[in-house]
Amino acid sequence: MNIELQFSGGMELLFDGQRSIKVVLPSNVTTMRDLIAHTKDHYLKERPELFVQGDSVRPGILVLINDADWELEGELEYELAEKDVIVFISTLHGG
Amino acid sequence: MKLCVLCNTNRAQLKRPKTGQQICKTCFYAVFEYEIHCTITENKLFKRGDKVAIAASGGKDSTVLAHTMKLLNDRYDYGLDLCLLSIDEGIKGYRDDSLETVKRNQLQYNLPLLVLSYEELYGWSMDKIVAQIGTKNNCTFCGVFRRQALDRGAARLGVDHIVTGHNADDVAETVLMNRKLLVLFQKFTLTHFPLVFRGDFARLTRCTSITTQTLETSATTAPEHLTIPRSKPFKYTYEKEIVLYAYFLSLDYFSTECTYSVEAYRGYARVFLKDLEKVRASAIMDVIHSGEAYAQSLDEIERVEAENGGKKKKKTVVQKQGTCERCGYISSNKLCKACVLLESLNKGLPAVSLE
Repeated sequence: MNIELQFSGGMELLFDGQRSIKVVLPSNVTTMRDLIAHTKDHYLKERPELFVQGDSVRPGILVLINDADWELEGELEYELAEKDVIVFISTLHGG
Repeated sequence: MKLCVLCNTNRAQLKRPKTGQQICKTCFYAVFEYEIHCTITENKLFKRGDKVAIAASGGKDSTVLAHTMKLLNDRYDYGLDLCLLSIDEGIKGYRDDSLETVKRNQLQYNLPLLVLSYEELYGWSMDKIVAQIGTKNNCTFCGVFRRQALDRGAARLGVDHIVTGHNADDVAETVLMNRKLLVLFQKFTLTHFPLVFRGDFARLTRCTSITTQTLETSATTAPEHLTIPRSKPFKYTYEKEIVLYAYFLSLDYFSTECTYSVEAYRGYARVFLKDLEKVRASAIMDVIHSGEAYAQSLDEIERVEAENGGKKKKKTVVQKQGTCERCGYISSNKLCKACVLLESLNKGLPAVSLE
């Protein structure tokens, strides 16, 4: 499955400054829960504690699935689909 | 597809943390802007003709603030004369980059901009300070210097009012930090040192009030430029909504961490608050209301005490509102915090620890 990950609001700093990564997911990554773990293991470059907490993202990180708040899409249980665009936005960076 | 509960037409794109409503982008912009308009008008923050400086760092909150102030001023004809005020702490690779964002905002919103540097005000940039004292106490210097710098910049611009981008999450965080202190004080010292308690109460009041003044009372004795009111139009605006608003509208903001506080991020209170919000979205508003109620009840206690022949106590409180004998800034001691810190820098002493 091909999807796109995007990072903004300072989140990109943990991913080597990359704002967008196109990824091909292995078949065992099917939900947002899987994707967060997969992203942490394969793409995160530093300080995992600023990205994950338990099996979810750290509170204060906003997640959008195809431009919609993931709270409307079932959060961790959301079933990924081809060409999904997942955005992680940090709100923890200074204002 | 979930439909927006307000217009019943468009696809819902976010869940409002304040209300739990699922709404579309268009309705979100409308309610976001309207609620800030209500905060401004209900609290009578400004009057027609006021010159208002927007404290602009280039970060998300102040970028959205500049955008919203400009938009509301035009839409509702507040009649305000808006400008941007930025403080350049002199941190290479951080502030110089974020100031570029502010300069773009200046053009985008067509607002005049004043940049005032620590170097110019204090003779020390943060880079120089860190070179001398290291990165342990540097945030203390930065915080103390920034508060004064905004007042001095506002005076230079001749403004009537300063607005800052402090949002509901920031206010709730401050309340939590203060309440933690208050609980400690109550447990251990209240009965013995009621005055310590009062000092902290002043802080709690300041952080929960929508408008504060550097010098609340004896305005007659203070230089006029030190009594510029400072307000938080985002006091009831959630950080999540500010960030999503900026994201959906592709507002241009800067989000790099400060070079000197890379590990600091946000403190314990912030993390705790975010965890609370996860289980109860209204937690942030609840904490703010509890802070307001607490400050109010303390105010009441003080008033009753003063009425009951507490002349002596009243005198003590007034006495705390002095000015620095070196620079004239508000200070409860002979010298204000900034002057004490400057003195230690200029003498080449290690940092004085504050608070």
